[in-house]
Amino acid sequence: MNTCQEPVIQLMHAYLDGDISRQDEQQLKEHLFACQHCREMMDELKMSALFLQGAAPLKAPDGFVSGVMARLPKEKSQAGLQRQLRRHPLLAAAALFFILMSATFFSSFGDNQQFSFTKQPNLVIEGETVIVPAGEIVKGDLVVENGNLRIEGEVDGNVTVIRGSKYMASTAVVTGKSEEIDRAFDWLWYKIKTTVKDIFPASKSEPVEE
Amino acid sequence: MDELVNKRINEVIKGNQDAFEEIVTLFQHRLYHVCYRMLGNPQEAEDIAQEAFVRAYVNIHTFDQKRKFSTWLFRIATNLCIDRIRKKKPDYYLDATVPGTDGLNMYSQIAASGDLPEEEVERMEAQERVQYEIGRLPEKYRTVIILRYLEELPLQDISDILELPLGTVKTRVHRGREALRKQMGNM
Ligand SMILES: [Zn+2]
Repeated sequence: MNTCQEPVIQLMHAYLDGDISRQDEQQLKEHLFACQHCREMMDELKMSALFLQGAAPLKAPDGFVSGVMARLPKEKSQAGLQRQLRRHPLLAAAALFFILMSATFFSSFGDNQQFSFTKQPNLVIEGETVIVPAGEIVKGDLVVENGNLRIEGEVDGNVTVIRGSKYMASTAVVTGKSEEIDRAFDWLWYKIKTTVKDIFPASKSEPVEE
Repeated sequence: MDELVNKRINEVIKGNQDAFEEIVTLFQHRLYHVCYRMLGNPQEAEDIAQEAFVRAYVNIHTFDQKRKFSTWLFRIATNLCIDRIRKKKPDYYLDATVPGTDGLNMYSQIAASGDLPEEEVERMEAQERVQYEIGRLPEKYRTVIILRYLEELPLQDISDILELPLGTVKTRVHRGREALRKQMGNM
């Protein structure tokens, strides 16, 4: 049993921590020289520390990294897709091509022959012609499919006519873009643009964090 | 290295999950080693070390890049290990008898696994013995002893990892050394 005082033991630990002043170290050495109990204790402390330092470093098992990657929460699909597309422009083009070339896409040009148009309050319909009357202002975009459009008033937005003709009176005003689409290629291009707009929203948004 | 790590972290924050793979590759062995020494079981160590990386990924935006990434990572891992160690304890109902053990209760089970007969300990390989002795240390000394002697980290880093005052870390290292000395006796 060591009968020496706690301060000596504190000095031993300070020594082992490499955190001891010269003066204290000298004092400790003198004590150890004179006291067998403390000398033994010091040796045992040193031995157990040395013993631990002999512990071999262990390596993580094979497949550890892929295991972590598989456990990560999935990226927000939009962030992931945007990044994939940004990194592989060719892949992006190919993917878009396949989406658009798919049968359903093409058939949607041929089959959908029904007259339809964007519902806006002040439009006048005559047969398959949509009329923006003189003096009226249509707020928002206007799309007419399989029919004609006659603009005498004003459209505060974009105008698109798909498989139909458009007549603009001298009084007509369209604040946005005006397009006529009547061929499959134009249709495809129109779809590409609107699809791209859906995938990449207009704002240059950074990927959302999880 | 910190510069490279911070670069990858910024890529991860921007949404590039793949950049995280490089971070995992860099730190996998150290993190696994610490978890293994804390838990003493390869399956648990792998599970917890992987979980630590997942938590780091999810919370990456909270990491202060002026600090050491390894410190932050070790903090996550040691906290998970400590939780795991503590959760194991309430499972034992100490005086309940263990089915199929002829009236042995949990006290004898713990005694059996905690302290092996002397001759068995003497037959152990050095590496096996290291793990055995670490495993016998109380959890709060075990953590600092592993970080100090196996990871050979400075006391200040250990204080940062465990979010404990330097004085407390020192005291725990001293007590841990003392406990180790006593349990190993005259080897
Ligand atoms: Zn003495």
